[in-house]
Amino acid sequence: MDYNPFSLEGKTILITGGAGGIGSEVARVCSKLGARIILTDIREEALTMALDTLSKHEGKEHLAIKADLTDADELNGLVTAIPEIDGFVCNAGVMKLVLTQFITEEELKRIQSINLNAPILLTRSLLKKKKINRGGSIVFTASAAGVYRVSIGNAIYATTKCGIDAFMRTVALEYGHKGIRCNSVNPGMVETALISGFTEEEKEKEMLNYPLRRFAKPEDIAFGIAFLLSDASSFVTGSALKIDGGMTLS
Amino acid sequence: MEINDFIQHFAEQFDFTDSGEFKADTVFKQLDEWSSIVALSVISMVDEEYGVTIKGDDIKLSDTIEDLFNIVQSKA
Ligand SMILES: NC(=O)c1ccc[n+]([C@@H]2O[C@H](COP(=O)([O-])OP(=O)(O)OC[C@H]3O[C@@H](n4cnc5c(N)ncnc54)[C@H](O)[C@@H]3O)[C@@H](O)[C@H]2O)c1
Repeated sequence: MDYNPFSLEGKTILITGGAGGIGSEVARVCSKLGARIILTDIREEALTMALDTLSKHEGKEHLAIKADLTDADELNGLVTAIPEIDGFVCNAGVMKLVLTQFITEEELKRIQSINLNAPILLTRSLLKKKKINRGGSIVFTASAAGVYRVSIGNAIYATTKCGIDAFMRTVALEYGHKGIRCNSVNPGMVETALISGFTEEEKEKEMLNYPLRRFAKPEDIAFGIAFLLSDASSFVTGSALKIDGGMTLS
Repeated sequence: MEINDFIQHFAEQFDFTDSGEFKADTVFKQLDEWSSIVALSVISMVDEEYGVTIKGDDIKLSDTIEDLFNIVQSKA
């Protein structure tokens, strides 16, 4: 039986934040589903390590390209360097907890430039340079934060993710007629370096808000992204897919 | 780094607790007003005033204001 509507065979997929917890898992899952992967991240060593973990296919070499997406030259260099793609997973992001009264302009600009400006500018360049094939799929890693709930100390991050939500829906509206779909996944807490700032005590308390009584593993998010990249989701565009173990239900 | 300055900055993160309550040996987690929000304020205050990054675990390990001061001083 080789029936598999979720196959990514024949697709080339660009993944930002590809050295991170979620990004590297998305790359592994997509490579197992048959895709050719182009990974990019600012951390070169971790990027090479992530590349080594991908499932190999004959005649389709995966690529890793180091780039700081907040640097216009490096962003343009990345767009020029890559071949045409069928999937774009826009996933690089950072978080810092700080109460509103302690927000500095510097931190605001830093977090916005990675979480919001870079995704917008990179999507723009990929579309303008016609790097995304007809039938292509764009997936943002937004968050439950901002879009479905807010929490103490997370104002900047939540604001950037709300921005991504609006941008995602706008791109879906503008590019549907070209056969390009655009969606997001919206995770709750995922076990990656991003949430290493929380103490075990804080995590235990937070877990009580999760009906499934655990946080996500990177794989839980990767499977959602793989679905949105596959032709199984051909009629899905402009959707924000919550993957949060039920956390936002109450 | 002066412990009395630190205590004053620490006290500024509270709104209702009498400033006389804050001493080097105050067991701060026993103060009525102590909360996770105040803890987050203290972390940001330490960053802003001393340029030092502390984590929730550093607060967890401290009983008195002086304990926390010592951690901050060791990271400065
Ligand atoms: N972990 C969670 O709980 C969680 C929850 C909801 C959403 N998310 C989102 O998922 C995405 C991935 O996060 P993660 O959990 O894998 O964290 P992570 O820290 O493991 O990965 C993020 C990656 O982004 C890269 N990056 C940061 N700045 C960059 C820059 N300027 N240019 C290029 N790359 C850069 C980092 O090097 C890192 O590899 C983020 O957008 C995050 O906001 C995470």
